[in-house]
Amino acid sequence: MTPRLTLATALRVVQQLRADHRTVALLLLLPCVLIGLLAWVFDGGPVFDRIGPALLGVFPFTVMFVVTSITTLRERTSGTLERLLATPLGKGDFLGGYAVAFGMVAVAQAGIATAFAIGVCGLQVAGSPWALVGVAAASALVGNALGLFASAFARTEFQAVQFMPAFVLPQFLLCGLIVPRDQMPAVLEAVSHVLPLSYAVDAMNAVSRSADGGAEALADVALLAAFALGALTLGALTLRRRTP
Amino acid sequence: MRTRGLRVRRGPREVLHGVDLDVPAGQVVGLLGPSGGGKSTLMRAVVGVQVVQAGEVTVLGQPAGAPGLRSRVGYVTQAPSVYGDLTVRANLRYFATVMGAGRPAVDEVVEQTGLRGQVGQRASTLSGGQLSRLSLAAALLGEPELLVLDEPTVGLDPVLRRDLWDLFGRLSGAGVTLLVSSHVMDEATRCDRLVLLRHGEVLADDTLAGLLERTGAPDVEHAFLELVEHAPPPVGWSGP
Repeated sequence: MTPRLTLATALRVVQQLRADHRTVALLLLLPCVLIGLLAWVFDGGPVFDRIGPALLGVFPFTVMFVVTSITTLRERTSGTLERLLATPLGKGDFLGGYAVAFGMVAVAQAGIATAFAIGVCGLQVAGSPWALVGVAAASALVGNALGLFASAFARTEFQAVQFMPAFVLPQFLLCGLIVPRDQMPAVLEAVSHVLPLSYAVDAMNAVSRSADGGAEALADVALLAAFALGALTLGALTLRRRTP
Repeated sequence: MRTRGLRVRRGPREVLHGVDLDVPAGQVVGLLGPSGGGKSTLMRAVVGVQVVQAGEVTVLGQPAGAPGLRSRVGYVTQAPSVYGDLTVRANLRYFATVMGAGRPAVDEVVEQTGLRGQVGQRASTLSGGQLSRLSLAAALLGEPELLVLDEPTVGLDPVLRRDLWDLFGRLSGAGVTLLVSSHVMDEATRCDRLVLLRHGEVLADDTLAGLLERTGAPDVEHAFLELVEHAPPPVGWSGP
């Protein structure tokens, strides 16, 4: 990995995003619309306070999964990936560039969504709002890494979009948002322990429910980072300089 | 650049059946032949992005695809491989950084490929010919010693094709080796050597003059037909 090449790649990805105003608007504003809708549905009551923070962790994960799997697939099918891998650019520079660029987008997205949830929708959070943003960014990074890995198994963008329900929805059902994880059947609870989204939701809950949940959240964030690193490593294995 | 006994399988069938080829340094070598004959696969093997089953490919004294070669070999795929949502300038600046070339190199390749009027334009809005020239421009960054160009003139009008071949001539004059594939036979006159590839085998590897003399044909097209008619049936061919 060369920092100069990683940063150049990140800059290039940001330039590409900036050229696409509609995607930027969707990335930054859609979570606010959904959170607003949720607050409205529950009339801002205790249920909103319970699941609102968890959703702040689910959105970046989902959105980044879709965005990364499509953009990486596009690099694979357009020939730009083959061209890049025939240059001195390292795989780490390619992956790192995407992680840095989308990581910045994720922080912006999380910041806006958190501010909207607390400021406009009146979400009650016991801990620091900054901790919520931090957890959301970690969650986004995992979505990023998983999307990159998933893109290796899609031949078309149509398939890549279908991976979203395949990779994300089971995690959504098992992450503790709908039924607390310790109340699920034992088998499902065991499965939920190996799914990253569970830890994003745990961390969000820890921060929002008590002022000193930071330490607990930090352990969850560390696990999320490990998941992201694992998925990025698997993703790197799918980037082949030589193809059949 | 040389290959010895190069065998490549793509999917269920073998595309190259033991290709021996030498490309002398500083020459323009034209790789001609019908589509499906293995031209692109051979070029991919030279660049080192192709999984090969057997044989060796040596490029600038190193095995193809060696890390040390990545900044010394320029490669243009058949389909233009640039970022459609970036401008011409942004595309070239990114590839220049990746290839370790400076900003002046961007201006230079823009001039060489005649894209000065389009630098601020988004690549997705370029015409087909401009897009393939952008893809070529990106490969010229970093002054590669070997250029591997897969059908660089496809879809270009005669004036642009002439300009590009003039450029290839100037590059080879400056010591760059070029391996250029084409299925337009009249471009053969611009090459120092010609390699005719058909059904994954080298049918001829000669200068244009040598080829015409050997076959007694008036031009490359007829020389090719002459060679095909006297060639043994291809490997795996079970007759019509």
